[in-house]
Amino acid sequence: MENLDHRWFGKRIRRNEDPRLLTGRALFVDDVQLPGMAHVAFVRSPVAHARIVEVDTRAARARPGVYAVITAEDLGDYWQPGPLLVSPPPIEGHIFHERTQPPLARDKVRFVGEPVVVVVAESRYLAEDAAEDVFVDYDTQTPVVDLERALEPGAELVHGDLPSNVAARAHQSLGDYEAARAQADVIVARRFRYDRGASAAIENRAVVAQWDERDQELTMWDTTQAPIPIRNGVATRLGLSHSQVRVIAPFVGGGFGPKIMMFYQEELLVPWLAMRLGRPVKWTEDRSENFFATTQEREQIHDAEMALTSDGRILGIRDRFLHDCGAYDTYGLTVPINSQCTLLGPYLVPAYDSEFTCVFTNKTIVTPVRGAGRQHGVFVMERLLDLAARELGLSPVEIRERNYIPPDAFPYDYEILYQDSAPLVYDSGDYAPALAKAVEMIGYDRFIAEEQPAARAEGRHLGIGVVSYVEGTGIGPYEGARVSVEVDGRVTVATGVGTQGQGHFTSFAQIVAEQLDVDPARIRVVTGDTREFAWGTGTFASRGAVVAGNACHAAAVAVREKILKLAAELLHAEREELELAGGRVLVRGQPERSFALGDLAAKANPLRGAVRPGTEPGLEATAYFGPDRSCTASGVHAMVVEVDPETAMIELKRYVVVHDCGHVINPMIVDGQIHGGVAHGIGNAFYEKLVYDDNGQLLTASLMDYLLPTSLDVPTIQTAHFETPSPLNPLGIKGVGEAGAIPVGALFAQAIENALGDEAPEILEIPLSPNRLFELMTARATRTGSAAGAGTAAPARPEIGVPARRAAEPGEAGPA
Amino acid sequence: MRGPERIDHFSARPFREGAPLSTIPVQIRVNGSTYDRTIEPRLLLSDFLRQELGLTGTHVGCEHGVCGACTVQLDGEPVRSCLMFAVQAVGHDVSTVEGLAPNDTELHPLQAAFREAHGLQCGFCTPGFLMTLIPFLREVPNPTPDQIRHAVSGNLCRCTGYQNIVEAVRLAAAAAEPV
Repeated sequence: MENLDHRWFGKRIRRNEDPRLLTGRALFVDDVQLPGMAHVAFVRSPVAHARIVEVDTRAARARPGVYAVITAEDLGDYWQPGPLLVSPPPIEGHIFHERTQPPLARDKVRFVGEPVVVVVAESRYLAEDAAEDVFVDYDTQTPVVDLERALEPGAELVHGDLPSNVAARAHQSLGDYEAARAQADVIVARRFRYDRGASAAIENRAVVAQWDERDQELTMWDTTQAPIPIRNGVATRLGLSHSQVRVIAPFVGGGFGPKIMMFYQEELLVPWLAMRLGRPVKWTEDRSENFFATTQEREQIHDAEMALTSDGRILGIRDRFLHDCGAYDTYGLTVPINSQCTLLGPYLVPAYDSEFTCVFTNKTIVTPVRGAGRQHGVFVMERLLDLAARELGLSPVEIRERNYIPPDAFPYDYEILYQDSAPLVYDSGDYAPALAKAVEMIGYDRFIAEEQPAARAEGRHLGIGVVSYVEGTGIGPYEGARVSVEVDGRVTVATGVGTQGQGHFTSFAQIVAEQLDVDPARIRVVTGDTREFAWGTGTFASRGAVVAGNACHAAAVAVREKILKLAAELLHAEREELELAGGRVLVRGQPERSFALGDLAAKANPLRGAVRPGTEPGLEATAYFGPDRSCTASGVHAMVVEVDPETAMIELKRYVVVHDCGHVINPMIVDGQIHGGVAHGIGNAFYEKLVYDDNGQLLTASLMDYLLPTSLDVPTIQTAHFETPSPLNPLGIKGVGEAGAIPVGALFAQAIENALGDEAPEILEIPLSPNRLFELMTARATRTGSAAGAGTAAPARPEIGVPARRAAEPGEAGPA
Repeated sequence: MRGPERIDHFSARPFREGAPLSTIPVQIRVNGSTYDRTIEPRLLLSDFLRQELGLTGTHVGCEHGVCGACTVQLDGEPVRSCLMFAVQAVGHDVSTVEGLAPNDTELHPLQAAFREAHGLQCGFCTPGFLMTLIPFLREVPNPTPDQIRHAVSGNLCRCTGYQNIVEAVRLAAAAAEPV
């Protein structure tokens, strides 16, 4: 930052958007009501894998109040799959079979919830009645559910035109892992699993579209995180120019990743229907549809091993993993590449050998959910460190300290490719002080020395955990912003990203306020309306503040320059004599020689007279920002947990997050992002799981079966911030949106093991639950003969150094 | 795929006019105003408020009574408007989030406390929290954090982790305390 004496940047400022949200006046997509509006309901596949034999829509069409009943066949040329949203990075030798979702299933359904028929009627109630009338004859096929069985020879194929269910494969390496392994004093190897969870935004998805025949314009309200790419794609598909389509993502009730997916089938069908019917059309997802039709994460199975020296230094890591991409791989390789890259964490890893295989299954499509594959990598790395530490007699704190990338090693180049196709180079960081701070805040040493033994003496099982992680944030390609000073002195900022609760209306205002010294309350930020700003990509990868924020900064700097230039001319002053303060530009020390910014804006836009050639009207500027590559945020989470060994219920006693996202724009908002991320992570670690049966049926498809953490499950979180500025952007900021959620599974595993002490089962999977933890504890007790048995290695555990692929999981061992 | 016989798939008007659905006239009081409407008996109270009255501050998150986003008050008590039919509200006083603030420029003290404590992010669940908490604070004017957590344990928020919601309620309670 040029301005070291910050007036607005970095301050805790109440949010501009709150009054509208608190009074029920904020517009969400489902609030849009238009005259003559028709409503959509979908007929979705009730089975995971089947050939469609027949679709009979006659009864539905005969129902009063029905406008249209549309099958894949009825879509004609409009029926086409895709497009692919993210092309794979150019990793040498990678395989990628692109199979993207069609707007309506034709011939074959590939997951429960895939749309087959769309019904349009006078009301949603009638549309659902008519959807019930549609008859679809399915010839069911064996569903592909289990990742490993999907790859066995002779397995049923999700996409019959491919030789196998392999969707993609990519290998990345650095150094010589085999050589590292040969030098190792210790090798730890395990199989790790991470299963699916839902994003579960409280607002389900919704799309409203209206075609104006006279203006030849389509307006679309969409709960998307990426309104501009939606506009571009919808326009292309419908044969319209971009300027004929306006997409508005108004207030969006939580995104968490799946709302960046495009194109959902519904997003392509609703505008098409609106044009065909000549009336506005609305579809709002219900919670049941959300469980089946909104994308999910995050099933992976890792076989990983770590080679270390006897003093606990990492020599190398080898990882082979399977990634479940669901029925279609529209989001390319983003999630598994994030797992692959993020595994390296804040640590020096001289040799790395990682290969993943993406697998098609008859399950809901997988795209990023808050963390986007980073969880898996962090879980594998942190667990391997914990296992190695135990082997070597080191504490979890010591082994991490010994392996951190030192602060003088940045920029640190890992020589592999990240999800944005740029090299994985960490821009900046300083990890050891954050660990020390977390250890201090959680009271690590006192806990081990006093608190834990005292509790144990009372028969209580308290445990502590501490884990580290990094997160590549703020990726390109670019965002833009336009800043305009209005004649009443207020400022309008328009940017293309969508916003889903991150506080952009306030943080972007603060960034602009810092340059213009206008109270952020007088700065109106417009996001997510393609008519207001037409270039950009969207809100994902913790990039809104970094990329759009820096675009706002650049535009504000340009407006500031215009103000100074014009004021210098009109006030007959040198530019250097001028300053901006309190919404005015003035000659320093001579407040009588000044202009209110609004008055200056009026002078910059004369109605008559001549201007010099080249003069731009108004006090307005548009600017763009695109970083070279991602910036690396980092953090340490620590917690104290109590486990009831009888019931396997847990209670979180303390939770600490020390985080580094570079310069903080608004600490209140940053803390809020972390709190929410941790809550999501806690759900993912211990409460939430999307359970599919062997038929590919989701068994947890309601909020009564799928448990979101409540106010009784999420503890008070203490936060502390370190600021290692990013050199990759002028504001020195890094992203924070996903940080809270990423390391929580790894933390739970370590802390629960610590609580159970010698009786602890190895925790190699997430999500847990009281039931699952109880099973693991029981299996461990059974194997060792008694719950009080000493900490001998479980027999079912794979041998150290032997590839663990065929070994049983500890939890799968049956009773002796 | 063998499709059904093709008839006109699109119509600016419904294929068949005149829904033969039974409707009944109702008179329902919301935020102190009385509304007369003719509705289907199966219309949910949440849909009635949003679609018939345009009171879209009441949000629908799950339609099975778990998330609490649609919470309104019926005679001052919090209820899930997605679990009630509108016809069941006849003869009762319904209050929604639109009725909380004293005027267009001021916030209700609890709304102001939510803003002050950053007790909302996307804001979608917030009306449900507010409508749950106001009766709670009437009963427990000076709650402990634990009591607050129990009071909102039937409302789901995916953004905040609840911490700042608890803080907001404490602020509101402290501000309302008689000197």
